[in-house]
Amino acid sequence: MAELNVNIGKLALKNPVMTASGTFGYGIEYADFMDISRLGGIFVKGTTIQPREGNAYPRMAETPSGMLNAVGLQNKGAHYFAEHIYPEIKDIDTNMIVNVSGSSIETYVECAEKIAELDQIPAIELNISCPNVKQGGMAFGVTCAGASEVVKAVRKVYPKTMIVKLSPNVTDITEIARAVEAEGADSVSLINTMLGMAVDVEKRKPILSTVTGGLSGPCVKPIAVRMVWQTYKAVKIPIIGLGGIATWKDAMEFILAGATAIQIGTYNFVDPTAGIQVIDGLNEYCDRHGVKSITELIGALHH
Amino acid sequence: MKKYMLDMKVTANCPLHNNYCLLKLTADQTLPEMLPGQFVQVRVDRSPTTFLRRPISINYVDRETNELWLLVQKIGDGTRTMCESRPGDILNLLLPLGNSFTIPADKGQKPLLIGGGVGTAPMLYLGAVLNEAGITPTFLLGARTEKDLLQLEKFEQFGDLFVTTEDGSFGEKGFVTNHSVLQQVAFDQIYTCGPKPMMMAVANYAHQSGTACEVSLENTMACGIGACLCCVEKTKEEHHVCVCTEGPVFNIEKLSWLN
Ligand SMILES: Cc1cc2nc3c(=O)[nH]c(=O)nc-3n(C[C@H](O)[C@H](O)[C@H](O)COP(=O)(O)OP(=O)(O)OC[C@H]3O[C@@H](n4cnc5c(N)ncnc54)[C@H](O)[C@@H]3O)c2cc1C
Ligand SMILES: Cc1cc2nc3c(=O)[nH]c(=O)nc-3n(C[C@H](O)[C@H](O)[C@H](O)COP(=O)(O)O)c2cc1C
Ligand code: FES
Repeated sequence: MAELNVNIGKLALKNPVMTASGTFGYGIEYADFMDISRLGGIFVKGTTIQPREGNAYPRMAETPSGMLNAVGLQNKGAHYFAEHIYPEIKDIDTNMIVNVSGSSIETYVECAEKIAELDQIPAIELNISCPNVKQGGMAFGVTCAGASEVVKAVRKVYPKTMIVKLSPNVTDITEIARAVEAEGADSVSLINTMLGMAVDVEKRKPILSTVTGGLSGPCVKPIAVRMVWQTYKAVKIPIIGLGGIATWKDAMEFILAGATAIQIGTYNFVDPTAGIQVIDGLNEYCDRHGVKSITELIGALHH
Repeated sequence: MKKYMLDMKVTANCPLHNNYCLLKLTADQTLPEMLPGQFVQVRVDRSPTTFLRRPISINYVDRETNELWLLVQKIGDGTRTMCESRPGDILNLLLPLGNSFTIPADKGQKPLLIGGGVGTAPMLYLGAVLNEAGITPTFLLGARTEKDLLQLEKFEQFGDLFVTTEDGSFGEKGFVTNHSVLQQVAFDQIYTCGPKPMMMAVANYAHQSGTACEVSLENTMACGIGACLCCVEKTKEEHHVCVCTEGPVFNIEKLSWLN
């Protein structure tokens, strides 16, 4: 048994395998299929201060080795989360991390403040990269100035571990990563979905109600690995890698490229036990290669 | 209800006409309880173009042989690949998913079960369960042509059967909402599954005639377990609810469908 535990800022993870926001509900949806407390962490659904109904149906289109989504941050709001969902999930024995979104600096700050009150939420993931909302979301994440401004404002009110989730829909992701590191982010997670589109040729109409949506799944993995590799060279804070991870091998690619931990997203829909398979696979890989602690492998490509 | 991920073995694959197949699946363990209206998510491993699981209704559960039946229409690569399964093949399923049709407590009730196209699939199991509860259901099945009418003998085992085809090749010609049985019998409730325009017509007919009505929706899904929020339908109050967890069965009064 290799040591799989890693740290992200002040956050201790029992292993580097977590599940991605918007793909794992609040964790409990998967509890019948696996022991969810074996995961290093669970990133719950994107949360905003006010409730949101999200975008109109259809919100999903399957694409080669992946899918487009345009959910648009449907959620019942941070107050509902605190009162009704938090009590249900707070005792799950893993890191329950809330993905925080907003449409303005003020709403990001208000949401982060509300989540900061919850003792058993040890971290937030600041989503400045959602391509499916008209205001806020990705608008902040695609310029250094926008990213700095929102991270700076949230840092003032949020003392626990703050992970900032980056958008791949930029010319140079390392600039944004540096900008948020400079404003006090404890970690960056990358990537969020890539802006894409699909057309129904029979109806001669876009499939998604919003025309464009976010692409995820195995098809984006090589792009995500490349971005983690570039970002590792640019920042000192730990990186959480995601985008298309389905197996332990995929996870290991991200770790060797520079990720301290990883998240599994879309693939949970195909195999709800993917997280467990990846944990077991990483452990077996470490044993096979005589690696005592997985931390030895983080960014090994660069050494 | 607890959900399971099961590797299930194909015991039989019966082609039905050209475009459908009936898959019979079994598992090592006794199949868990499954309710009419619920569905399964099938992983399709042998089709490189099929990434997500495919939602398929529970067509029938044979407790004696420990078999689950799925009635599959070949639409695209996923369903076509499913229909190529051979006895002995293993399919990975998540089940049972979603809510279920309401079974009336009163045995004197007269329910009408309307199925259109492959939407007849869940009506068979619903009919079987009603029958078991001492209620005789009436089935009204609609199809484009005689070729699209499936499992008629099986339906007849559980209740009275009426049929419409759009081209008149079998039963009454026209749509289900025009069938004469609707004029002849007063039904206490209607259950329906099929193409959305048909379900909307049935829903409006039921609403106008003051009959309780449940519809089973087939919105496109990714996870099937309430995690992704891709499958939503709008309620009367303009809220988005997940078809995979709060449905697939809805009372029509809850939806924004009625004229
Ligand atoms: C709860 C539920 C129960 C279902 N029960 C059954 C069943 O018992 N038997 C059965 O044969 N099918 C059933 N379906 C439909 C079935 O899931 C789809 O036909 C299947 O996913 C199509 O996959 P494919 O790979 O063959 O086709 P794809 O290549 O995915 O699709 C082919 C074309 O059909 C369209 N399409 C696919 N799925 C849908 C959909 N759900 N609604 C509207 N358009 C769609 C696509 O946009 C595309 O144009 C059910 C669906 C749901 C949600
Ligand atoms: C249906 C769906 C909903 C998502 N919702 C969110 C969200 O609310 N917040 C967020 O930061 N990312 C969201 N994402 C993005 C994922 O967390 C992840 O960044 C992306 O899907 C890439 O990883 P993957 O390829 O492993 O899925 C969503 C993705 C999907 C497919
Ligand atoms: S299909 Fe994912 S929530 Fe319904």
